[in-house]
Amino acid sequence: MNVLLRALTNVGRATFAAFSGVGHAAVLLFDALRFALLGWRVGQPLRLAPVAQQLREIGVDALPIVVLLGFTVGLMLGIQFIASLSEFGAQSQVIVAVAKSVTREFGALITAILVAGRSGSALAARIGSMKVSQELDALSVIGIEPVRYLVTPALLAMLVMLPALTILASAAALVGAALYSAPALDITPTAYLLHTMNLLDAGDLWQGLSKSFVFALLITLIGVSTGFSVSGGAEGVGRATTRAVVLSISWIIVVDMVFSFFVNR
Amino acid sequence: MPSHPRDGPALQPPGLGPEPPVASAQALIDVHQLQAWYGRRRVLHGIDFRVAAGEIRVIMGGSGSGKSTLLRHLIGLQRPASGTVKLFGTDLGTASERELLAVRKRIGVSFQGGALLTSLSVGENVALPLREHTRLDESTIRIMSRLKLEVVNLGGFQDLMPGQLSGGMVKRAALARAIVMDPRLLFFDEPSAGLDPVVAAELDELILRLRDALRMTIVVVTHELESAFKIADTITVLDQGEILMTGAVEAVRAAPNTRIQDLLNRRPREVQVDAETYLRRLTEEEG
Repeated sequence: MNVLLRALTNVGRATFAAFSGVGHAAVLLFDALRFALLGWRVGQPLRLAPVAQQLREIGVDALPIVVLLGFTVGLMLGIQFIASLSEFGAQSQVIVAVAKSVTREFGALITAILVAGRSGSALAARIGSMKVSQELDALSVIGIEPVRYLVTPALLAMLVMLPALTILASAAALVGAALYSAPALDITPTAYLLHTMNLLDAGDLWQGLSKSFVFALLITLIGVSTGFSVSGGAEGVGRATTRAVVLSISWIIVVDMVFSFFVNR
Repeated sequence: MPSHPRDGPALQPPGLGPEPPVASAQALIDVHQLQAWYGRRRVLHGIDFRVAAGEIRVIMGGSGSGKSTLLRHLIGLQRPASGTVKLFGTDLGTASERELLAVRKRIGVSFQGGALLTSLSVGENVALPLREHTRLDESTIRIMSRLKLEVVNLGGFQDLMPGQLSGGMVKRAALARAIVMDPRLLFFDEPSAGLDPVVAAELDELILRLRDALRMTIVVVTHELESAFKIADTITVLDQGEILMTGAVEAVRAAPNTRIQDLLNRRPREVQVDAETYLRRLTEEEG
């Protein structure tokens, strides 16, 4: 009986913690947007310098690795599709298969996972260590709302940069696929890419981009809410960083699946 | 009429008792029946507390006495569960965002560990409140922040990062940031903690100089007796969430109260737990 009671208590606690986490993230989102739009009315105007800094850290600094990973994934998709489609004599369908899967799915997914590991964890670590060392308290008593100073710039930068990086990753993936597949199809890479452009429509691009907006929200909110919830010194910061990455990637994959299910029915 | 609160008589006879009267009009801080809870544990038991303009008030107490919780309420980091905390006449519990911001522009806080933003240089840390709350041009901000660094004897250190400073320098840089807006009210959390005696004494001198030069009201939370007796005009002794007494330095020294004398003479408290409670605590299930 005691064991059952304990198990039920644990389930109850975990459920409560999950709901309270979602609630906390929702409050942070509301506050971040409120400060972005109306902060000036309560003496908390949005500063452009931290937004620019976040744009650089989240976007520009991630550019090389995003392009490299996108290119590699495109190459890998080319290899796989050529190999499997040739079994059915449908080798020529590789162009449409790669084009659709990259723009609708892999571009957004790979970029989001990479940014979650890079910037989501950095947000959690930064805010968590600031909490532990009372820097958040210091900001508050100086009259600077920590959400406005830390969350709003990160959220805006993420909403701009994740879709931008997704476009670049998709482009790099298509180039990678073209370089491998074009010789196998006996056409030039340029012809491959032109054919790709003809096959894609706005809906394909929009599907990837709209996912990347949702992923941007998830990565930022999980990173910052995990950071704000840190307790227990340096060890707590380490735990929060890992938790932010695991939660972000899990949510990205689950949301991606749900999104794909409804959009492609 | 005494020229300085330090020269005045004890504000209250030694022993247990309520806060001495300070005319409300003069009181920069007015705390009434403040209670604070952590879960089911009450850490402040109806505190009444007033600080007059121009004085240095030391809040003294051992670990777990509730002094840090009281400080967090005074600087608006925690809202009162019950009771009121007023700074400059503004009730922090019911203040709007704008009102709270207006109060925060008039106070400075120096945290125990400094709490300098590690991503900014020392100069940028000190300049941060000016950048956020004033429309001064960049060169004026730079001059003003360097001026405050000079006040705390850190002239020329503005380009260093906080990680490159010693413990004493971090505290002084935090102090420079706390006074850069020329606040009327300055809060200090454990200024001497973790510092060697010479550096701690220098910091005490600095606090006295600041009050005299800038006419600030200063509230210091500390458990360092030597430092408390050196800088205080008035001492409030806190123990187990209650104010034991508020009075001038000599009055506190002479207080007959055993809990105060235990604190002053570093005598360990005898913790009495009956056997049944002790056994129950050891064997009770978690959760």
